[in-house]
Amino acid sequence: MKKIVLMAIIAGFIWACGGNAETESTPGEAPKSMVEDKEAYDAKRGVGKFTEVEVGATLDKAMAAEGKKAFDIKCSSCHKLTDERLVGPGWAKVTERRTPVWIMNFMTNVDEMIDKDPEAQAMLEICLVRMPNQNVSDTEARGLLEFMRENDGVK
Amino acid sequence: MKKQFFPFISSLAVFFLLAFAGCKPKNTGSAVSGDAAQKAYVPPGKYDEFYNFVSGGFSGQLAVYGLPSGRLFRVIPVFSVDPEKGWGYSEESKPMLMTSNGFEPWDDLHHTELSQTNGEIDGRWVFGNGNNTPRVARINLKTFRTDEIIELPNSAGNHSSPFITENTEYVVAGTRFSVPPDYENGDVPISTYKQNFKGTISFISVAKETGNMDIAFQLLLPGVNFDLSHAGKGPSHGWFFFSCYNSEQANSLLEVNASQRDKDFILAVNWKKAEEYLKAGKGVKKAAKYARNRWDEKTHTGVHEILNEVTVLDAVALKDICYLIPCPKSPHGCDVDPSGEYIVGSGKLAALIPVFSFTKLQKAIGAKDFDGEYEGIPVVKYESALHGEVKKPGLGPLHTEFDGKGNAYTSFFVSSEIVKWNIEKLEVLDRAPTYYSIGHLCIPGGDSKKPNAKYVIGYNKITKDRYLPTGPELAQSAQIFDISGDKMQLINDFPTIGEPHYAQAVAADVISKNSVKIFKIEENMHPYASKGEKESKVVREGNKVHVYITSVRSHFSPDNIEGVKVGDEVYFHLTNLEQDWDVPHGFAVKGGNTAELLVMPGETQTLKWTPKKAGIFPIYCTDFCSALHQEMQGYVRVSPAGSSVPLTFSLGKNSTDPKANSPETPK
Repeated sequence: MKKIVLMAIIAGFIWACGGNAETESTPGEAPKSMVEDKEAYDAKRGVGKFTEVEVGATLDKAMAAEGKKAFDIKCSSCHKLTDERLVGPGWAKVTERRTPVWIMNFMTNVDEMIDKDPEAQAMLEICLVRMPNQNVSDTEARGLLEFMRENDGVK
Repeated sequence: MKKQFFPFISSLAVFFLLAFAGCKPKNTGSAVSGDAAQKAYVPPGKYDEFYNFVSGGFSGQLAVYGLPSGRLFRVIPVFSVDPEKGWGYSEESKPMLMTSNGFEPWDDLHHTELSQTNGEIDGRWVFGNGNNTPRVARINLKTFRTDEIIELPNSAGNHSSPFITENTEYVVAGTRFSVPPDYENGDVPISTYKQNFKGTISFISVAKETGNMDIAFQLLLPGVNFDLSHAGKGPSHGWFFFSCYNSEQANSLLEVNASQRDKDFILAVNWKKAEEYLKAGKGVKKAAKYARNRWDEKTHTGVHEILNEVTVLDAVALKDICYLIPCPKSPHGCDVDPSGEYIVGSGKLAALIPVFSFTKLQKAIGAKDFDGEYEGIPVVKYESALHGEVKKPGLGPLHTEFDGKGNAYTSFFVSSEIVKWNIEKLEVLDRAPTYYSIGHLCIPGGDSKKPNAKYVIGYNKITKDRYLPTGPELAQSAQIFDISGDKMQLINDFPTIGEPHYAQAVAADVISKNSVKIFKIEENMHPYASKGEKESKVVREGNKVHVYITSVRSHFSPDNIEGVKVGDEVYFHLTNLEQDWDVPHGFAVKGGNTAELLVMPGETQTLKWTPKKAGIFPIYCTDFCSALHQEMQGYVRVSPAGSSVPLTFSLGKNSTDPKANSPETPK
């Protein structure tokens, strides 16, 4: 009996409100979904606009210098150049831990990477502060990558 | 089974009660029909169709709502200080509130007007008027920030403002309170109103690209009260129409003494003619003192200047600029239909609405079909300019907006209703009650050439029983009516800040696509910016201590400062290093006599602090920024005057030392 009453109440709500069955299409600002197809995910590449990033055998010094400028303004608040973690992880040996393309995608597509990439998510669990999207341009990102390589001893 | 019967019945009763109440509560006296909730409902994550820019009245601010939801998105500080945003407290924003009387922390913003190009809303700026100390403000709709405020000399009670011409050539401002001009001796008996008091109407030019405002000229007019105005458009472009009351020229108990005459006037101004006189050198330069304050987006700083001259045109002596049209019973609203042919005057105390024809007005002026003069200005015969009267539309018509389909919507204060009527036929088509005593009303684009007439919003003066009681004062209520059909349908109520007067609305995409998300840190030209923690530092200049401090989730650099002394003036120049949308950082210091700062990504703002006693004073971030927001804090040590504690600053030993040039030599 109780069940019937409960069902009647629920049914009543649906009926009285005219059963607005309209299913809205996903709005543009809806939360991003988790990885749709884990099988296809390339953990070496991450997710973002870059599919391949070529780096030279030797250092592009001019590029690295540009990267340092961007580092000073946009990155140094949270990252040290040693292996010490500040807000984010230290940058020492980062070019050995990650592929160039992963680094470039992470810098330019932070939010989607943190939402989808297992490695980025693992880092979030340690740091607990989402890396801010610092609106790093493609050129800045490439410079930063070269600066990281310099920091890791590439001559 | 019998035992269970009563509970079943009562449950059923509860279900019916809940089921109906659950949809839309029926409120006092309003007939809200079944699908109203659906029409006003904007699902979570969905955007509203329109922005609604609503004047904040005596709050001095401008509120931005979404339509049809009625959700409040933002309060833009304009004429009043806003400690929440640091407006009027930060060193950068203080100049914006400067006037010829010095710093003024408050004004009364009555009307909003969106900029137009070819008579259509272009989404660049919204203007607001300061009614108390006459000013006009221009708000940038990319940043939703007040970019400019210009003061008006020779003026008081700037009410018939900030209405614009169809290409935003001019914003106008007319005196509601006539006063002796600033260049005359104002120390006169009030009873000499008729001899000494003058009205002025200012035409403020708006630069096409920058929006920069200048007073192009002022028209000198007899002392009356100019109330509201609207520009001609299309065929009547080049003309401006102002309602005026107190043609009795009373200076006391206006409630009675300014309501003596059966008709006051609508003043028709041929501003193209005024431009000709100006070009011909007929303007007289008069000494004046008025402020103009502009926001510099590159330095994130307001710049205040005092201007000393204004050009005045004597609109009585110089013929053919101004004509008066008689208008019944203390006209208030003065509205021009989308075609530019019809001018609707609304007498506050009238029981009819006169509609004037621009074509007939021109003919009457051409034929000198005048009924004498008022204070030297020709008065056009009422009947000669009249298209017709709407008979018995309601009591106390105030304002009219248009739907672009040949219809007008007029608000009626005394009879608390909106009335829809046909302009050509002067026939009432529909009426809807409002709760209560409606003032202004707004149709998106309703004063432009191209209204987007999906809704009409009424802004009511009295709220009474519409909302849960909150003591003697209640939020003023606005009401949204769907006007897509033949009949108005009430779909939503929403509370407003301050007292809304005029409001304007525009389709969301006209504005939203241009909205700025961050200020690029590379383009920050603030003289005290720190672009990166490396540049953060503390510098003493005499008793001034400049703290170049940065913020990023979630710390300040530096966050330990010593060597500040009682008697010092400390300036915290906070640069927010974030480059991500919607990540401002806040800043406050214990014992501050100002307010907080709220610094947008990439921006620098300055808070002045004068410590009064020795001790340790914490600083912290006031805007929850990350999981470690509670850790975003620091300390300032204040020593007694004359102390020898050296000036030092630092950021935790685990962090980049702001003094070191670390990245050069990676370990």
